[in-house]
Amino acid sequence: MAKKRTNPMAYQPGMEMIASDIRDKVLKTVDNFDHFKVSSQDVEAALKKDHLSAEDYGALLSPAATPYLEEMAKKAIIETRKHFGNSIALFTPLYIANYCENNCVYCGFNCQNKIRRGKLTMTEMAEELQTIAKTGLKEILILTGESRFHSGVEYIGAAIKLATRYFSTIGIEIYPLNTDEYAYLKKCGADFVSVYQETYNLSKYEQVHLSGSKRVFPYRFDAQERALIGGMRGVSFGALLGLDDFRKDAFATGLHAAFILQKYPHAEIGFSTPRLRPFINNVDNNPNDVHEKQLLQVMLAYRLLMPFAGITISTRERAGFRDHVIGMVATKISAGVSVGVGGHEEEEKGDQQFEISDPRSVSEVHQMILKRGLQPVYSDYIRV
Amino acid sequence: MADQLIIGGHRFTSRFILGSGKFSLEIVKAVVENGGAEMVTLALRRANLGGEENILDYIPKQITLLPNTSGARTAEEAVKIARLAREINCGNFIKVEVIRDSKYLFPDNYETIKATEILAGEGFIVMPYMYPDLNVARDLVSAGAAAVMPLASPIGSNKGLSTRDFIEILVNEITVPIIVDAGIGRPSQACEAMEMGVDAIMCNTAVATAKNVPLMARAFGQAIESGRNAYLAGLGRVLTEAGEASSPLTGFLED
Repeated sequence: MAKKRTNPMAYQPGMEMIASDIRDKVLKTVDNFDHFKVSSQDVEAALKKDHLSAEDYGALLSPAATPYLEEMAKKAIIETRKHFGNSIALFTPLYIANYCENNCVYCGFNCQNKIRRGKLTMTEMAEELQTIAKTGLKEILILTGESRFHSGVEYIGAAIKLATRYFSTIGIEIYPLNTDEYAYLKKCGADFVSVYQETYNLSKYEQVHLSGSKRVFPYRFDAQERALIGGMRGVSFGALLGLDDFRKDAFATGLHAAFILQKYPHAEIGFSTPRLRPFINNVDNNPNDVHEKQLLQVMLAYRLLMPFAGITISTRERAGFRDHVIGMVATKISAGVSVGVGGHEEEEKGDQQFEISDPRSVSEVHQMILKRGLQPVYSDYIRV
Repeated sequence: MADQLIIGGHRFTSRFILGSGKFSLEIVKAVVENGGAEMVTLALRRANLGGEENILDYIPKQITLLPNTSGARTAEEAVKIARLAREINCGNFIKVEVIRDSKYLFPDNYETIKATEILAGEGFIVMPYMYPDLNVARDLVSAGAAAVMPLASPIGSNKGLSTRDFIEILVNEITVPIIVDAGIGRPSQACEAMEMGVDAIMCNTAVATAKNVPLMARAFGQAIESGRNAYLAGLGRVLTEAGEASSPLTGFLED
C-alpha cells in the first residue's frame, strides 16, 4: 500500500517563511504561457529585441525556436563577449559529505540508495583543499548532501572558514537555509549560493521528492531570496533538465532569476543547466528529451534573457560540448572534478552523486581555453 | 609646449587609457604598444598574486597602473580594495568603481563621492567612475577627485556617446580632466568625444573583442589623437552648431 506522503506546500518545523510574491508571479506566468502556440514570427521578433519580455523569452525556449538555434547562437556570442570579453572562470566542486535525508528518485545521494556514505574530517578537508589549491584554482564550490544531522550548518561553516585560507571565492551548494544561517555562512567566508529547484511543476516536484525537507516546495523556492537577505553576493538558479517539461522548467528558472534581480538589483545572477545523469544503482537514468540541441537552446535563452548572468557548464557534459559553449554562452567551467566525497588527495570517502563526462584536469582545461582564444580566469572576486 | 594630459601631477602624452578586464592577457602588451596607451587599469579582484594568469605579469613595466575597485558595492568596500592595491605596490592611482546594479553596472554616485573623499584624504590620486551628473561631478572635485570618469553608455554596450550632452556640460564646467569611460564601441565614437573636449578615453570591450586586437588598438590610438587635434585646432564654422563667421557680420554698422 502506498505510503501517505506529506503536503509539499506545508513548511516543516524550523523552516523560515519570508514575505515574497515571487513564487506566485513565476508560477502564474508559467501557467499562462503555452510554448506550443509560439510562431516563427514570434521567435523572429524576440531575436530582434535587446530586452526580452517574458513572452519573448518563452518564444526562444519554444519548439518554434529550434530552427533558429544558429541565429540565437550568433546573438548570444555577441552578448557574452560584450559582458565578459574573453574571460572564462575556472572552479572546482568539493563534496565534503554525501549523507542525505531526502528521498529524491533521480539522485544518487537519495537516502534509500545503498551507496558508501561519508564526510570529511577537518584534517581530510584541509588536505583536499591544499591539493586543489596546488592546481592554481582560486574558486571552490563546497557541496554536501542534504543532512542537517551529519553535515550541519556549523560543520559547513567550519569548512568554509578553512577554505578561505586557500581560495578567494567560495560558493556553497547545500540544503536551503534560513536567513540567519545564510548570514552566518557569509560571515564564515561564503559569498555565492546555488540552489536548484529541479522542477517548477509542483505535481512533478511532489512525485519525485518523496520525503525529507526537500519535499517542501516553497521553502526551496525562496532559498535564493533568503540567501540575499542574509547578505550573500550572488545566487544561482537551475532546473534539472529532463525531469519534467524542460521548456517550462527553463522558462520558470529564467523568470525566477529575473524577478529576484528586479527585487535585489545588486545580486549577481548565475545559471546552471544540469541534465539528468546515470548514477550508482540506476545506470538508465537519462535526460529523456533533452538532447544537446535542446540543452544549448536553454543555455542560449538564458543568455539572451540575461546577457550579464554567469552561466556554468557542468562536467555532466562531454568535453566536445563544453569546449564549444564557453565564450559563446557559458562563462564558467569546472575542471579537475570529483563528485564523490573528497577524492582529490585520497581515495573517495563516499560514492559519487552522478557520473561525470569530462574528467580533464585543471591544466588540461586551462590549455583548452587558451587554444580557443579565450582567457582562463582564476580570480574574479576579492573578499574585503 | 607638448600637449599633455596631467592627472594628479603626473604627465601623460597618450590620452588612451586601456581597460584590461576583458582581455586575453598575452595580448595586453601588444595592445599597449599598438595603441600607445600609457595607463592600464587593473581589477584587483583579477590580480591573482603569485598564482596562475596574474595580469600584473603581463603589463609592461613602464606603464602606469590604474587599479580599480571593481566588485565594490559600497564606499567601505571600495576603500578596502584601494588600500589593498596600495599594499601590493600598485602605486597611488585608484579608479573608484562602486556598483550595486548587476544588470547595467551603473555606478552608485553617492557611495562614489564618499569613497573618493576618504581615499583622496589618504593621498590616493582618485579617478571616480560616475554617472554624468553635474552636481555629482562638482562634489567629486570638492571631495578631491583628480579626474572624473563619466560613462558614455552602459559598460560593454558599445553604444557610444548616449550621454553626450551631459558629458559636454561636464567638459564646460569641471576643472579636472574628464575621461570618458564605458560604452565606447568604435574609434569614431572615441574621436567624437575627444573633438568635444574630453581629456581622455578609457576603452576595453571594443578593443578586446575585435577580430584583430592590436590593429583595433592602433585605430583607437589614432582616433583619440585625431579627435584631440581637432579639438585643439578648433572646429571650423560649418562644423560647430552655432557657427563662427570669418569676418564680423555686424561690421557695417555705423556708430
